[in-house]
Amino acid sequence: MTDTVPALALTRIRKEFGGVVAIDEFSLTVRRGEVVALVGDNGAGKSTLIKIVSGIHQPTSGEVALDGEPVKLSDPSVARRLGVEVVHQDLAIADHQPVFMNMFLGRELVTGPFRRLDKKRMARETQALVDELDVRIPSARSTIRDLSGGQRQGVAISRATHWAKNLVLMDEPTAALGVAETAKVEELILRLRERNLAVLLVSHNLDQVMRLSDRVTVLRRGVQIGTRTTASTDKNVIVSMITGLQTADA
Amino acid sequence: MTTTTSARTIAPSSGPLARLRRAEPSSYIVYVGFVLIAVVMSIVLHDDGFLTRQNLINILLQTAPITVMAVGTVFVLSLGEIDLSIGAVVALSAIMAAVQLRDHGLVAGIVAGLATGLVVGVVNGLLVTKLRLPSFLVTLGMMGLCAGLSQRITRLQAVPSTDVAFNGLFGSGSLAGISTLILWSAVFVLLGHFVYRHTRLGAHVLAAGDNVRAARVSGIKVDRIKIGVLAVSGLSAAVAGLLYTGRLHGATYTLGSSDLLTVIAAVVIGGTRLFGGRGTVVGALIGSLILGMLNNGLILAGLSDSEQQVARGLIILVAVALTLREDKS
Ligand SMILES: Nc1ncnc2c1ncn2[C@@H]1O[C@H](COP(=O)(O)OP(=O)(O)OP(=O)(O)O)[C@@H](O)[C@H]1O
Ligand SMILES: [Mg+2]
Repeated sequence: MTDTVPALALTRIRKEFGGVVAIDEFSLTVRRGEVVALVGDNGAGKSTLIKIVSGIHQPTSGEVALDGEPVKLSDPSVARRLGVEVVHQDLAIADHQPVFMNMFLGRELVTGPFRRLDKKRMARETQALVDELDVRIPSARSTIRDLSGGQRQGVAISRATHWAKNLVLMDEPTAALGVAETAKVEELILRLRERNLAVLLVSHNLDQVMRLSDRVTVLRRGVQIGTRTTASTDKNVIVSMITGLQTADA
Repeated sequence: MTTTTSARTIAPSSGPLARLRRAEPSSYIVYVGFVLIAVVMSIVLHDDGFLTRQNLINILLQTAPITVMAVGTVFVLSLGEIDLSIGAVVALSAIMAAVQLRDHGLVAGIVAGLATGLVVGVVNGLLVTKLRLPSFLVTLGMMGLCAGLSQRITRLQAVPSTDVAFNGLFGSGSLAGISTLILWSAVFVLLGHFVYRHTRLGAHVLAAGDNVRAARVSGIKVDRIKIGVLAVSGLSAAVAGLLYTGRLHGATYTLGSSDLLTVIAAVVIGGTRLFGGRGTVVGALIGSLILGMLNNGLILAGLSDSEQQVARGLIILVAVALTLREDKS
C-alpha cells in the first residue's frame, strides 16, 4: 500500500532567524487521510513551521520529504507545484480584488491567442465551488473588502480546498470565526480527510483539536514536547504539555 | 416597491447593470466630472473659442505626453510604488535623442532616447528590489541625477531637431489625417488598457500592489514585475520626451519639468488608488483630458503665466482631495 509513504515527513527541522532559534528540532509525519494538529502557545514556532513547508522559509537544517521524496522548497511556487496548499494565518488574500481573482491568484485562466484573462470562466468556477462548499458570499465577483471576516476566511479555505492535491496546511483557520462558521470550517476539514488528503492543522482551540485530529504534536518555545494519538490522550495532558508542566519526551 | 427589491436580489451578478450598481463612486465620478467640466467650459468660454474643432484638437495634442506617461504611472501606482523621476527623464531622453539625432541620424536618435528612459527605469527597479529601498527615495534621487545630467550635457542651451522624419514621427506629422501625437497616445492607452485589465501580468501587478505577501505566496514573481513596471514607466517618459522634441523641433533641459504633478494628478483623478491594488487606464486618460481642458481654459480666459500656475496648483489639489477621500476611512 502506498499509505506506508507519508505525504509529509519532516526530519529534525531546525530554524534560526539571525541568532534566534525559532524551532529547535522538529520531526513529524502526516499521512494521507490523516489530520495532524500542531499546538503551542503564541510564539512557539507554529507559523514558522507552516512557512517552511509552504516554501516561504528555508530550514537552517533538517529534511522535508513529500511522498517520500526529499524536496528543497526554495519558494512558494515549488511547494504549490508539488500539491501543497496553505491557508495562512493572515489569509494571504488581496483586498481590492474580486473573490474569483483571489481564488485563481497566480494561476489565472486565459483564453484565445492573446492569452486574455478568462474572467467569466473563473467567476463561474468560483461560484460553483463556494456553492458546493456552502460558503455564503454575495457573489464570486464581490470585492474581498466588502466581505465579513468569516466570508474572507471561507474564501481562503475554499481556495486551498480547490487546489490541494496532496497536503493542506492550515494556520488557525477558525481564529476569527463565530460558532456557526467554525462548525462549517471543521466540516470542510473533515471533507479534506475524506478526500484522502493529508492535513496539518494549527489551532489554539483544543476542543477543536480533540474533535478533528488523529494525532497532536506540541511545540513549546521552539522545542517539540511530544506527539500523541488523539484517541488515547485527553485535553489536560495536551494542556500540560503546552504550558510546560510536562517536560519534553526523551 | 417590493417587486424592485426582489428583482434586485435575483438579478445576475454580472452584466453592465450589476457592475454599475457594485461600482464605487470613485470609479465613475471622473466621467461625471469630465462631462460637467466640458459643459461648463463650453458655455463660459464659448466666445473665446473653446468649442472650436481646432481648440479641441489642440487639447488632445497638448495632453499627449501627459497621457502617455499617465499610462505608465497607472501601473506604477497600482503596484504600490511611485516614480518621481519621469519629469526629469522626459528632458534627459529628449536631449539624448536630439544630440544623437544631430550627430548620427534618425535611428540613433530614437534608440538613444528610448534607451535612456529604459535604462533609468531598470536602474530604479533594481535599486528598489535588490537593495529594498523605497521607490520614492530611489526615484527622487534619480530625478536629481537626470536633471543635473540634462543641464551638463546641454550647458543650458537648446538642442535643435531638424530631422523631418523624426519630427513627423513624434508629434509634428500625421497619418491618415490623424496627428502622430494622438496616435502615440492611442497606442499607449489601448495597449495599456488591454495589459492592465485582460492579462495575467495586469492581474499580478494589481495583486502585488494590493497585498505583496499574498502575491509572493501565490508564486507571483513580485521583484521581476517591479523592475518591469518601472522600466515601462521610464520608457513612457522617454516617449513623452521624444514627442516634445518632435513637436517643438528641439530639446531643452526644462522639458517635462512641471509634468510630474500633472501626471500623478491625472492618474489619481482618473480613479487609480495612490497606495496600490486598484486603478484604471481609461480613467487616467480622462483625468489627463480634464487637466488639459482646464489648462486650455485658463489660457483662453487670458490668465497670465503666474496666474495660470497658481490656478493649476489649486485645481490639482482640489481634484486630488475630492478623489482621495475614500482612502481616508
Ligand atoms: N521572519 C522572522 N524573523 C525573525 N524572527 C521571527 C520571524 N518569524 C518568526 N520569528 C520568531 O519566531 C518565533 C516563532 O514565531 P511563530 O510566528 O512561528 O509563532 P506561532 O507559534 O505561530 O505564534 P502565534 O500563535 O502567535 O501565531 C517568535 O519568537 C517570532 O518572533
Ligand atoms: Mg502563528
